[in-house]
Amino acid sequence: MSKIIKLKRGLDINLVGKAEEKIAQAAAAGSYAVSPLDFGGVVPKLLVKVGDVVKAGSPLFFDKNHAEVIFTSPVSGKVSAINRGEKRKLLNIVVEPDSEQSYEEFDVPAVARATKQEVTSVLLAAGLWPMIIQRPYGIIASAADTPKAIFISGFDSAPLAPDMNFALADRQSDLQKGVEVLGKLTSGKVHLSLEAGRSGVLDKLTGVEVHRFQGPHPAGNVGVQIHHIDPVNKGEVVWTVNVADVAIIGRLFNTGKVDMTRVIAVCGSEVKNPCYYRVVAGAPVGTFCKAEGDVRIINGNVLTGTKTAADGYLGYYTNQVTVIPEGDKFEFLGWAMPRFNKFSVSHSYFSWLCPKKAYNLDTNLNGGKRAFIVTGLFEKYVPMDIYPMYLLKAILAGDIDKMENLGIYEVIEEDLALCEFVDPSKTDIQEIVRNGINLMIKELN
Amino acid sequence: MKALRKYVDKIKPAFEEGGKLHALHSTFDAFETFLFVPDTVTRKGAHVRDCNDIKRVMIVVVLALLPALLFGMYNVGLQHFRSLGEAAGVMQCFWFGFLRVLPIVVVSYVVGLGIEFAAAQLRGHEVNEGFLVTGMLIPLVMPVDIPLWMVALATAFAVIIGKEVLGGTGMNIFNPALLARAFIFFSYTPCISGETVWTAGLGKGEGVIDGFSGATPLTSLGEAVTSSADIVWNNAASIKAAVSSAPMDWFLGTIPGSIGETSVVAILIGAVILLFTGVASWRTMFSVFAGGLLMGGIFNLVGGNAYLDMPAYYHLLLGGFAFGAVFMATDPVTSAQTNTGKVVVGLLIGMIAVLIRVVNPGYPEGMMLAILFMNALAPLVDHYVVAANIRRRNKRVVVAKSK
Repeated sequence: MSKIIKLKRGLDINLVGKAEEKIAQAAAAGSYAVSPLDFGGVVPKLLVKVGDVVKAGSPLFFDKNHAEVIFTSPVSGKVSAINRGEKRKLLNIVVEPDSEQSYEEFDVPAVARATKQEVTSVLLAAGLWPMIIQRPYGIIASAADTPKAIFISGFDSAPLAPDMNFALADRQSDLQKGVEVLGKLTSGKVHLSLEAGRSGVLDKLTGVEVHRFQGPHPAGNVGVQIHHIDPVNKGEVVWTVNVADVAIIGRLFNTGKVDMTRVIAVCGSEVKNPCYYRVVAGAPVGTFCKAEGDVRIINGNVLTGTKTAADGYLGYYTNQVTVIPEGDKFEFLGWAMPRFNKFSVSHSYFSWLCPKKAYNLDTNLNGGKRAFIVTGLFEKYVPMDIYPMYLLKAILAGDIDKMENLGIYEVIEEDLALCEFVDPSKTDIQEIVRNGINLMIKELN
Repeated sequence: MKALRKYVDKIKPAFEEGGKLHALHSTFDAFETFLFVPDTVTRKGAHVRDCNDIKRVMIVVVLALLPALLFGMYNVGLQHFRSLGEAAGVMQCFWFGFLRVLPIVVVSYVVGLGIEFAAAQLRGHEVNEGFLVTGMLIPLVMPVDIPLWMVALATAFAVIIGKEVLGGTGMNIFNPALLARAFIFFSYTPCISGETVWTAGLGKGEGVIDGFSGATPLTSLGEAVTSSADIVWNNAASIKAAVSSAPMDWFLGTIPGSIGETSVVAILIGAVILLFTGVASWRTMFSVFAGGLLMGGIFNLVGGNAYLDMPAYYHLLLGGFAFGAVFMATDPVTSAQTNTGKVVVGLLIGMIAVLIRVVNPGYPEGMMLAILFMNALAPLVDHYVVAANIRRRNKRVVVAKSK
């Protein structure tokens, strides 16, 4: 039994609207969409036009900078719209599904005897390669690299996050196949991190090095886990794959088909019956959650997700949809009030007195933007040997050397999301981190 | 509150781009956000945010300063009536002090906030709450008889040169309130040192009774050392004979001194508020006290004159030591930013403050200079702490390669 890695720093934000452990069926969808915006740093080049007929797994577009990385349709049907925004920026490709789904057949090799090359080419052709994310930078992995290890986080510690052991309960053979496939891609180990004290389908996987983590969010962030297992140094590359995506990869190698069905948690205070739904990636959010009133629908969790319109679609990577109230209301003398119903890590409010209470938080910024003033706060929410404030200042100053020395290779946005939550100066920290990473990519390549 | 909100919404257009009062938009904005937390929603990054903001942080500090301010007002009256040899009740003392202190507070706030509003307007950003604290700190570190124009000048200097030219709250190197005090200390020394400035009316020679000394205990101690007087430190009468007050008075604060600095009790109440809410760093606060004790202890070992022999913990009760440790050294902007750095800077502040006091008795107030000095050195301390982190990180690479 591996030893438990205990993390002290971090924060669990207890929100109202946890998904109940039952799986509901989403309503039939009239359209599905794939958005290039789900993939950071990708410059899309279209491979289809309106009216084309596609199968599940047929290419829709590819990345101009990495032509081998293609993105495929989650369903079969007819391309009904290609939406563009300002400067003709490609927003999404909408596919109207057939009543009877048909799938592209991929010629999958027997994994046990397959080479890295064979496995890679199947993943690329099927459009599942984008599930493999590279660290540093948190971008789609380069097929030419051989990572020193692959990391899978077996649990999500974010607010209202789905329980992966529940969502993937019936997917053991796909998960097992998935980790075998990943084992072909690295010269090192495949690491799987699990939550201490929980058990389920993920404990049954073999061929992986299991680590157990205990502690508040962001203990489930793969970046934090890498830092404690085998940190990324300058010049090294590791890959990460979301555990739900491992199951989809495994299913491809078990069946030869791209089946983007996943079980997601639909949660948040504004969802009537929060529970799990079985849906296909790219489905309209309206098929499983009805937005009523002034609410915000988030693809993902409240810390790192993306705002989605009521007629928007489920993202490529999304395992959770959260709906919370918008906070566009004035609050009289709010900063001077006791605010019993709001959550704060500061003891100048009272939420610390009832740590078990679940809060219904809205999207209000709760203050105005200021310069960095309070110190010693961010460190409490980043369980890594990193000085977040100094890293952020190095990024703002555009100092490549400092960024490198202070740990830019080890973090992506989600790892500093809690800092953004607690910051009384209301700095857009995740945006700063992404800008820093983009600067590194630009300067070093 | 709906009526108020409606009224604000009605007058708002005048202050917006193109409105005839646009030149005052930052002022309007400051008052509007003071009255109502804005309806701004998150656009990027985390969708929900902690309800703590800088306004809350600053108001907690102001709250923590209130005991020192209220006691300071009482003590101003107390010292005044003592100097006259008149008996006066608590309320009479407080009322007298209130009338003397209030103008200083008002001048400090009006001048400081005026500059802050103008600066915010010039730069096009929101008015920063930092001065709510600074504006309260400045009167508390002044002698009661300070001329008001001097307060205005010092405040203007501290806010403009100390803060705004560097980019405003968050960018300053030195604690603005201490800078204001240092400005007066070096420009108008007689108005902020000596024996007469600490008691209201004493400078003008209003009927002082015989035997009343307006000198602070630190000044008296300095004189005792210069005149090689002997103080028996375990004898309260001997102490009282030398400095005309006993250690218990130092603790309670019924001694002459700057308005807010005398009462250790009032300051400790503030310290409890700051530490409980987590607004001030306990690392800084405790290490300043530890540094003072350490240096005092070293001097005890050396011994030789009354000051060197004074029990180390008396240093913590005297002068601005406690006030500086609780409210000045813990300023997050000008102190060290790393946890290790906070401990180092705190220790050094405490040690240097006692060092200055004891080694140069002609310079009784070491705390102000110690904090300003360490404000300047804090980034250097942080630099070495961060450099150690970088070395650790680089070592990891070497270890990984050698595997």
